[in-house]
Amino acid sequence: MIRIEGVSKSFGGPAALAGVDLEIARGEVFGIIGRSGAGKSTLVRLINGLERPDTGIVSVDGIDVASLAGEPLRALRRRVGMIFQSFGLLGSRTVADNVAMPLRVAGVASAEIVARVPALLDRVGLADLGDRYPAQLSGGQKQRVGIARALATGPDVLLCDEATSALDPETTRSVLALIADLNRELGLTIVLITHEMDVVRQVCDRVAVLHAGRVVETGTVADVFLTPSAAETRALLTEAGEERDAQVAAFPGRVVTLTLHGDAVADPVLSRVARETGVDFAILGGRVGRLKDAGYSQLTLGLSGGDTNAAISALETHGRVAA
Amino acid sequence: MNGWFSNVDWSEITQACVDTLAMLAGSLALTLLLGLPLGVVLFLTGPGQIWASRTANGALAVLVNLLRSMPFIILLILMIPVTVALVGTSLGVLGAIPPLVVGAAPFFARLVETALREVDRNTIEAVQAMGATTRDLVLRALLPEALPGIIAGATVTAVALVSFTAMAGVVGAGGLGDLAIRFGYQRFQTDVMLVTVALLLVLVQLVQAGGDRLVRHFSRR
Repeated sequence: MIRIEGVSKSFGGPAALAGVDLEIARGEVFGIIGRSGAGKSTLVRLINGLERPDTGIVSVDGIDVASLAGEPLRALRRRVGMIFQSFGLLGSRTVADNVAMPLRVAGVASAEIVARVPALLDRVGLADLGDRYPAQLSGGQKQRVGIARALATGPDVLLCDEATSALDPETTRSVLALIADLNRELGLTIVLITHEMDVVRQVCDRVAVLHAGRVVETGTVADVFLTPSAAETRALLTEAGEERDAQVAAFPGRVVTLTLHGDAVADPVLSRVARETGVDFAILGGRVGRLKDAGYSQLTLGLSGGDTNAAISALETHGRVAA
Repeated sequence: MNGWFSNVDWSEITQACVDTLAMLAGSLALTLLLGLPLGVVLFLTGPGQIWASRTANGALAVLVNLLRSMPFIILLILMIPVTVALVGTSLGVLGAIPPLVVGAAPFFARLVETALREVDRNTIEAVQAMGATTRDLVLRALLPEALPGIIAGATVTAVALVSFTAMAGVVGAGGLGDLAIRFGYQRFQTDVMLVTVALLLVLVQLVQAGGDRLVRHFSRR
């Protein structure tokens, strides 16, 4: 649905984007993660033409975005909603007027606007707040207004630019849950920019890791999160407190990392393998949690006694094993 | 010379008040009318904005700075031929309005530009991203969002115009400033000076208080 091919962009200094290729499928939640300055904000702005690439092509449904201007560009923007870190609401207008704004600029008749706005507010759980001004709302409510406004023109795509970065963890979870609902119920394609691994973990299907204007790793969230291949990805995970503990080095025997994802999490893998092979397992580190809809567990195990090779082969039938 | 205010000719004072108010109203209206679009263009052509152009922005900035750096009294004199060409005279209330507008509009334009820069970047992007035309962006988002700042700027400009009208008095515009200089300064009639200064003070107070009220009315933060 969205195709980014060989895109570079610079603002006079070092390149903000240096040869980015990505393909985002219809109906998926695609995360783009990276530190500030990695080029994420520039990348997402190429999709609705707020920025233009120096080289390369960005296309939405086969239409080259940079080739559009005037009314065709505005028509594309009505199909691509966007929400922002600082919400971007008009402080001089009520909540209802903010949500009505995309319809007004699209030339929709007032009577129809009046009929549609309450349903939009209801969809984001703010049915009673139409008459308030943004300054009277909490951060989470402001972002919900932003979402309602982005949905007003019935878009196919929703771009989220650090949409939860200004929110506390609990509000972040509820806003992400709303975004996931919209993805499921409306089939919205969602492109989500963030610097927080937790955000990616909660809602994304696939993720690209952006570093210094380049995509260093891309894949399903499970692959990238559980078995990162790029050093930059591992660094992001370390910051989230997700790296193996230092005590691994002190263990005298063999150390492996076992990763279980999905239904395998519920299997009593360790005790069964221990019984069958006589190997004892010490748990040196680990994490257990959820990636969007599926559980995972990733354990760093110290093996001693018994037949360690047989134990490793047995573990491999249940999940992924790495040295 | 018997007692206080013996030199004060109240009918002349009244006429001077009317002249000053007429100069202020006429020049303020035209200053807002010219300065507002100029400020919007200054903002839109600025770096990173939708009409970003170093050439256009640079040229406008030089023009604005040139007019702002010129002492108003010099501008008054330099403008005389232009004023005569525009309104047929360089004297009286009518003759004062062109130099007042040329002196104040660039100043107000800068204040408008500054007020527009205070509008959150994400807000501008959000309005663009919803498929708004530049016209919609300016009229439905930028100006309403910056309105309190623009009104504050208009208030500052109006106060500056009050002092400009006093200077315009020097080259024959009439008004309270003219009175203060001709009688209070040149004829040592201190009482006339005091009355005119008091009236100017009241005028400035009223303008500032009115502006502050409007700013409060339109602020939603």
